[in-house]
Amino acid sequence: MGDEVILLDFWPSMFGMRLRVALAEKGVNYEYKEEDLSNKSALLLKMNPVHKKIPVLIHNGKPVCESLIAVQYIDEVWKDKAPLLPSDPYQRAQARFWADYVDKKLYTLGSKVWQTKGEEQEASKKEFLDCLKLLEGELGDKPYFGGETFGFVDVSLITFYSWFYAYETFGNFSIEADCPKLIEWVKRCMEKESVSKSIPDPHKVYEFVLQLKKKFGIE
Amino acid sequence: MAEEVKLIRTWSSPFALRIVWALKLKGIEFETVLEDLASKSPLLLQSNPVHKKVPVLVHNGKPVSESLVILEYIEETWKEKPLLPEDPYEKASSRFWAKFSDEKLLPSVWTVFISQGNKQEEALVPALENLQFIEEQLEGKKFFGGEKIGLLDLAIGWMADMVSVLEEVTGLKLIQEDKFPLLSAWIEIFADVPEIKESGAPREKLISKFQAIRDAYAATK
Repeated sequence: MGDEVILLDFWPSMFGMRLRVALAEKGVNYEYKEEDLSNKSALLLKMNPVHKKIPVLIHNGKPVCESLIAVQYIDEVWKDKAPLLPSDPYQRAQARFWADYVDKKLYTLGSKVWQTKGEEQEASKKEFLDCLKLLEGELGDKPYFGGETFGFVDVSLITFYSWFYAYETFGNFSIEADCPKLIEWVKRCMEKESVSKSIPDPHKVYEFVLQLKKKFGIE
Repeated sequence: MAEEVKLIRTWSSPFALRIVWALKLKGIEFETVLEDLASKSPLLLQSNPVHKKVPVLVHNGKPVSESLVILEYIEETWKEKPLLPEDPYEKASSRFWAKFSDEKLLPSVWTVFISQGNKQEEALVPALENLQFIEEQLEGKKFFGGEKIGLLDLAIGWMADMVSVLEEVTGLKLIQEDKFPLLSAWIEIFADVPEIKESGAPREKLISKFQAIRDAYAATK
């Protein structure tokens, strides 16, 4: 039985990366299609008419949009391998809560770090680090947010690692200095092939952000 | 062992109301703890230290926060009278539209009702677009969940009483029957479901509250 799986994505997107990681964890073969966000394909506009955003997972012709929703879908369809969500309802709720927290906070705060200067940037850096510290506290002494095994929250957060170098360089700070345990967790995750093969080189992401800054005149 | 289910909420929060509906539809006994957000209780601060918001469900002493997360927790813990379909694609679709309701639809509708004049006219454009997307989701269905109420109905349920209150406060009819026939029909059916009907906040109180909020926004212009 053939499963046709297509991923509409954009290489530096930490949201798209989540699906790459999840699909790799499950050993699913898929076709990767790179979108030019300044010239969105007809396929993308058809598959995500509401938001017109990537990533979009297209499974046997049917689209699933919004990265965390797509990761849950992947977990439920390919349920026989590498479960990402735990089976206990309370632990599942905690995992969903923290993945939602990452979604609500990290992208916006991270963006402010590289888009602003002076006092505004200092304030953004502090808030950004506070979020990471809260997450580090939630990780505690566990090897992964999922406990003994790599799970849903790990997938939702690890992809931001590819942007850390950019945030640190433009913000002139070190994430490891404030969140050493989180960086240990990052290294542990990066040892997994499903992660290391799905996440671009942070230096390439930095170059990309540099281009964005020039394009939008953000010095 | 007795189940202890507490719901920390405010009298008017639509996010909390969807939890009331879910618990009632599943026949789960629960205790309500009413919060005054101007003076948050130690219980709330302890149960939701990250966001300090309502609703919070506390089940046998363990707290769950964020209304859509709570709804899924309720669905998975009390499996009778399911609110989500079994099929992963249909589940993903319900989750997608619930998120759309919270992140796009509700804020765009809210903006219409707190703005005046030109700003209100501008705000109408995205709100009507968003309403059209939701209207299309009801094609061939009685409820968003199909024949029966589902999680998506609960997520969008704020439309059933809040919109008519906002329409009364502003005199602006947003959900016109000829433009949104399916949504109009759904609002009536949904509001009529016994568990929904008996749970709403007092209408007069909601009207006063939103009138005050709208006046406050107008005063800041």
